Amino acid sequence: MDKTAETTGVLSGAAATRTDGHEIKVAASNVSVFYGEKQALFDVTIDIPGRQVMAFIGPSGCGKSTFLRCINRMNDTIDICSVTGTIEIDGANIYDPKIDPVLLRARVGMVFQKPNPFPKSIYDNICYGPRIHGKARAGSEMDEIVEVSLKRAGLWNEVKDRLKEPGTGLSGGQQQRLCIARAIAVNPEVILMDEPCSALDPIATARIEELIDELRERYTIVIVTHSMQQAARVSQRAAFFHLGRLVEEGETDLIFTNPSDQRTQDYITGRFG
Amino acid sequence: MSDKSISTAPAVQTGNWYEPDAKLKRRYASDRRLRFYGVTAIVFALGMLAALVGTIAVTALPAITQTMVTLDVELPADKIDPADPRSAGYLKLFSDAVARLFPEVDTPKETRELRQLFTSSAQYQLRDMVVADPSLIGKTVAFTFPLSDIGDQLHKGAIDRNLPSDQRRVSDIQIGWYDRLVEQDRITAPFNWGMIFNADSRFPEQAGLWGALVGSFYALLICFLVSFPVGISAAVYLEEFAPKNRWTDIIEVNINNLAAVPSIVFGLLGLAVFLNFFGMPRSAPIVGGLVLSLMTLPTIIIATRAALKAVPPSIREAAIGVGASKMQTVGHHVLPLAMPGILTGTIIGLAQALGETAPLLLIGMNAFITAAPESMFNPSTALPTQIYIWADSPERGFTSRTSAAIIVLLGFLVCMNAIAIYMRKRFERKW
Amino acid sequence: MSATTLLAIVLALSLIGYLWGRANAGALKRAGQGMHSIPAYHGYFVALSCGVPAFLLVLIWLAAQNTIIDSIVLAGLPSYVTDGVESSRMSLIASEIKGIAGGRIFGTPDQALIDAAERYNALRGIASLGMAVCALALAIGGMIYARSRLSPEFRARNRVDNIIRWGLIVCSILAILTTLGIILSLVIESLAFFARVPVFSFLFGLEWSPQTPMRADQVAAAGAFGAVPVFWGTIFISAIAMFVALPVGLFSAIYLVEYANHRVRSVVKPLLEILAGIPTIVYGFFAILTVAPMIREFGISMGLSVASNSALAAGSVMGIMLIPFISSFADDAISAVPQSMRDGSYALGATKAETIRQVLLPAALPGIVGGVLLAVSRAIGETMIVVMAAGLTATLTANPLEGVTTVTVQIVTLLIGDTEFDSPKTLAAFGLGLVLFISTLALNIVALQVVKRYRERYE
Repeated sequence: MDKTAETTGVLSGAAATRTDGHEIKVAASNVSVFYGEKQALFDVTIDIPGRQVMAFIGPSGCGKSTFLRCINRMNDTIDICSVTGTIEIDGANIYDPKIDPVLLRARVGMVFQKPNPFPKSIYDNICYGPRIHGKARAGSEMDEIVEVSLKRAGLWNEVKDRLKEPGTGLSGGQQQRLCIARAIAVNPEVILMDEPCSALDPIATARIEELIDELRERYTIVIVTHSMQQAARVSQRAAFFHLGRLVEEGETDLIFTNPSDQRTQDYITGRFG
Repeated sequence: MSDKSISTAPAVQTGNWYEPDAKLKRRYASDRRLRFYGVTAIVFALGMLAALVGTIAVTALPAITQTMVTLDVELPADKIDPADPRSAGYLKLFSDAVARLFPEVDTPKETRELRQLFTSSAQYQLRDMVVADPSLIGKTVAFTFPLSDIGDQLHKGAIDRNLPSDQRRVSDIQIGWYDRLVEQDRITAPFNWGMIFNADSRFPEQAGLWGALVGSFYALLICFLVSFPVGISAAVYLEEFAPKNRWTDIIEVNINNLAAVPSIVFGLLGLAVFLNFFGMPRSAPIVGGLVLSLMTLPTIIIATRAALKAVPPSIREAAIGVGASKMQTVGHHVLPLAMPGILTGTIIGLAQALGETAPLLLIGMNAFITAAPESMFNPSTALPTQIYIWADSPERGFTSRTSAAIIVLLGFLVCMNAIAIYMRKRFERKW
Repeated sequence: MSATTLLAIVLALSLIGYLWGRANAGALKRAGQGMHSIPAYHGYFVALSCGVPAFLLVLIWLAAQNTIIDSIVLAGLPSYVTDGVESSRMSLIASEIKGIAGGRIFGTPDQALIDAAERYNALRGIASLGMAVCALALAIGGMIYARSRLSPEFRARNRVDNIIRWGLIVCSILAILTTLGIILSLVIESLAFFARVPVFSFLFGLEWSPQTPMRADQVAAAGAFGAVPVFWGTIFISAIAMFVALPVGLFSAIYLVEYANHRVRSVVKPLLEILAGIPTIVYGFFAILTVAPMIREFGISMGLSVASNSALAAGSVMGIMLIPFISSFADDAISAVPQSMRDGSYALGATKAETIRQVLLPAALPGIVGGVLLAVSRAIGETMIVVMAAGLTATLTANPLEGVTTVTVQIVTLLIGDTEFDSPKTLAAFGLGLVLFISTLALNIVALQVVKRYRERYE
């Protein structure tokens, strides 16, 4: 990997290792986002460690979703949106012109606020990603990917007998797990979740939260959430955003018990939000 | 990726993931292909639009002017009775004038050929000139009138002089006479006002659109007078008053389907009901207008309903809240607020009606009529049916006149649509 | 008195009625009586009572008058004129009488006809006088009756609201009446046609030659009205049109929705809409002026024989006409697919083309199919392009360089010029019209259903 770094110049250096033993997976520095004239995010610098759950919290409109969408360059699909600064994944700057967003997104999956299964069968929903990336041919190879992904998303037992039925026919919670399975099927390293439970009932939410906890063994997860309780339950680290700025970041326990910034304190105790 | 990588932890992926490989290049090539198809499709469609407008405009160019010739005609007082100038022998007076100019032409065959250069109705135009101004009697006047189609084509260079004479429509001797007229400065080519202010004629140099314009005006007037009030009333009832039941469902489905019924079917309806059953006059703008109004009705109803829907319920609640009846609410508040949308839809509907041809053919509005209709009960043509008649006529001059008539029609349509767009922009309201 | 003057007088009377009713109610109010409705509504009530019945009377009278007078005049003809005359000849006699009555005399008509013409003019005079008297009597009567009803307790507003409501209902029923009129006129004339030509030989016969002159004793010789070649021509030309319009419309919609930036879209979309606003007669002229000669010359340069009215010319021009139709439906359908579908696909690392092909198009398919069905219905019913650019002879051929004819072309050629309502030639047009109406109606109903369902899915 170092050799490639020299030849392409994409890598800025070897991935740093944190003291707590978790490798830094995503390192953002001075990221600003503009929608046309309007600046939505100001100089965000943050390190996201691998195989942990990082929660972005903050009041609505604070820029946390915007920043999340920078990590897999989903903002590229919005014409007027522009991003400055660098985000490195495993030491490679994803905003380097040499980086292809299509390949990036295969490594950084995303789950959205509202479950958005394609109007296809459950099976086709899962195999869509592997098929477009040419990761598997149709047949037993694909069957296995579908099965493994659905098992990891905890959905296999519920749908294994109706894989040919449309994914839109599932319940909201099942749909969201289907979307998680769909993201897993591409074999990403990072999974971004944009308020994945906000459209779900409490039982389905609990199920997803459990799932997130299981997934962190294999994947780096970044979750945007409105709910303090959810952040406390699922995340190891948390970052508080306010008015487009990153206010503070640290271990979830610390942020919640002993925030260093007054604004964080006010938000957590419910003075605004 | 093998299935193994799925079952084991993904760890750091191997390979230069940031470097596009052949597979990715193929995927992007397919993306570029799709984009290319899209651009090609749009270029094709717009190219066809340009070709259509372009060829018709170019073909219409010669019709902008009409070649005229000026002769000195003696109007002796003893040949014309000032009390009844209409009955004098103008053909003789005209022939004398021609003979003075071309004294060498004496055989009947040559005389006929010479007359072919001039429009066949020259003597009537001479008569009309004298009738309009009897003070001309006793003088020698400069009489300006159109050349015939072949003369016109010759002047506009549409006839190739270098062809052998048996392959063109003009004989060598006719070309000689024409050249002499040019030398004597008797040929002019002013703007073709006749194209607009003359009625139809078998001869292209005299044919104009006036009859068709008047016919279309009457037909559109009827269409507007019927479809506008009826359309608004029907839409108001369906949108504001009608209970939701099977009947109103049927009316609704019916209106939507009526909007998609082929126009020629409305022509059959007009023929069977208005002409055959009610015995209305054939070829009359009133029947054309009624048929067009039945066609326009669904358009106006649909546009009006959309405009009514766009008025927020809070307006209705406010009016009802101060004690207005349902009818007053609609009449005083909802309808005025929806009016810009309704008018826009109406203008677009009328523009469609103006260009509609097929139903008018079936009720006989393609008749050959050489005068503008005096009322909406007289036989007449309309703009599109006039285009159809001219397009079917073999004379060269009609090709350019057909194109010119199309330009006139398109001009009207552009104006109507421009008004509609302006109104939409001007009165657009965001709730 | 002409109908227009009469209507103007009735309108003026209504206005007077309004002022009169309002003034009276105003007087009552000033007299200190508590009124249920404001004076203006009393005025409206008087005006409507005066105008509406008279207006309706004039309309009905005008509608009925011609038919009644015609039958009276024809019945009054001496027997030597009418004996043994077919009904088609009768209508000619009727128009000749009307011609004479209007002063257009050609040759020396029979004295009986001149008498009839005088009778015709006299009857018309009586009729229009009668209409004027009745209408004015009704108007004034209505006005006086309404005036007599005015009182403080009279619920004028409710009455007026009710009258207007009924007016609105009548207007919306007119749409149904139009459909009924279409169906009845097509069915009745078609039944008359099928009484002469069996339905089976019309629908499945292979030879269509209605223009061949037939002897009177040999009405509709077997096989002359077999419409299969006509149906085939219609389908063939529509297929060529769709072959042009479908890819062009679909790809331009895809490009405009998914690839083009805002500026390109805001320029190209209105330009495509212009294509939709051009009257079909203009397309027809474009076909004979430019496209047909071009195809012909190209074909001849390739050593092919091309008819001047080839199916290809008519079909491809019709295809150009349908491009904006398809593209706007496809545009709507693709735009209606929720953004979350695109996000989901891009987030998995799909390219634009993959997203379009595998997610957006399948999701938008019902809407696109609905639009395509409507476009096919348009193509089948399209008249002017084919009347001008397609052929007149019905041939069963699959060669696009030959001329074929269509249902609409045949309807127009059969009905153009003077029509007699009992020759099989005229009636055949209505038979074709019925087939055309039923097939386009079926397509429209299916298409509108599909589109409606699709809209509901994403709303």
